[in-house]
Amino acid sequence: MSVQATNAEGQIVRYTDRRRWLWSLSLMWPLLPVMSCAIVAKTGQPVWYWATWMIWYLAVPVLDYLLPADASNPPPEVVPQLDADWYYRILPMLTVPIHYITLFYCAWVIGTGDLAWHSILGLALGVGLVNGLAINTGHELGHKTTTLERWCAKTVLAVVGYGHFFIEHNKGHHKDVATPEDPASSRMGENIYGFACREIPGAMRRAWASEKTRLARSGKSPWTLQNEVLQPLLITVPLYVGLTVAFGWVMVPFLALQTIWGWFGVLTSANYIEHYGLLRQKRDNGRYEACQPYHSWNSNHVMSNLILFNLQRHSDHHANPTRRYQSLRNFEDLPEYPSGYPLMFLIALFPPIFFAVMNPRVVAWADGHFDRINIRPGYRARLEARWGRRGGKAAASA
Amino acid sequence: MAAFRRFICPGCGYRYDEQRGDPHEGFPAGTRWEQVPDDWPCPSCAVREKPDFVAEVGS
Repeated sequence: MSVQATNAEGQIVRYTDRRRWLWSLSLMWPLLPVMSCAIVAKTGQPVWYWATWMIWYLAVPVLDYLLPADASNPPPEVVPQLDADWYYRILPMLTVPIHYITLFYCAWVIGTGDLAWHSILGLALGVGLVNGLAINTGHELGHKTTTLERWCAKTVLAVVGYGHFFIEHNKGHHKDVATPEDPASSRMGENIYGFACREIPGAMRRAWASEKTRLARSGKSPWTLQNEVLQPLLITVPLYVGLTVAFGWVMVPFLALQTIWGWFGVLTSANYIEHYGLLRQKRDNGRYEACQPYHSWNSNHVMSNLILFNLQRHSDHHANPTRRYQSLRNFEDLPEYPSGYPLMFLIALFPPIFFAVMNPRVVAWADGHFDRINIRPGYRARLEARWGRRGGKAAASA
Repeated sequence: MAAFRRFICPGCGYRYDEQRGDPHEGFPAGTRWEQVPDDWPCPSCAVREKPDFVAEVGS
């Protein structure tokens, strides 16, 4: 299906989105843990409870490597039509109930079946991974301005207990991105575990403070149903209590594991890699320069972008946060990853490997100027001695 | 009483209209631009803050 529009010179511009129908696979990704249960039931092999992890951390990186990267952009003239297209708009909303179905179904399998501990572990972590995708969907919807999309965002974030993201991401992370003030922008030399200790509590604290300030302007206390941090929490708490009452104490480790992997394994991992080391410069007036595309790492890997609603086109997303996923663009000369998010998440768990892959890229991005890098406080001299020359060489050969 | 003015976010096009205010953000109808705090970010994109907003011509 193609769309057409007239450009400024009066010529007709035609565009066919080759990925149009592939976006409908979004409805399938959250069902992976359910499918893995079905395969176990059919084959009797409990190893399949780990299928979601195997697909994300092994199969997707291989496909990202094999499929040619797609750097193409829709012509600007057709973007208004793409943005208005109901098909693209409805897909993220349709995934919302699917995340709930997956949570309920897997809770039922664990609560009523006689699963070995390693099966519970594999299934819970698989649910955590796809519920990390729920945060991704909540992210896409949470940037929109319609009431329906915003409520869908809160509802899907509630499935993994991360409703405060709806506030902190938009009003905190986007405002302060790629500065030392942002707990969700990682600094060069900071490993993911130290970053998580800064990012996870930082997000909660800032979301609450932001809502408190907003409500105080109208003379209200934060303890009101209008508090948009409390609203999704009022879905999460009855949901988790209800599952525990229905399926017993085994829900405690199940819900804890899926929460941990949704939060840390997906969201923290994404935040960790998305702006690693990148820094916006401070202007003479004391304010930071506006976020530009080169303040986010970008990736044009096809498979992972399909699963993540184009989140990896992160450079355009941060420069233009209201742009919809189907219209996000690539730019020339962006800082880029060697692979998509799934493999980068895996690498991030092993700090020496992550530093070896990313530190030379950060130094090359800054042209060897360490004062232009968002750097772990107190570590500049050490990092400069270790990576200065290697990054400088990479910059020279780029 | 001075006429109501409108201010536009140069990043995403969000419009702050003094006449309507932005009650969700805590600015009731009639809230003057001067009463909006300087560190208030655009509620639509958060990429730009109040000092970046431009007055709409003719408003």
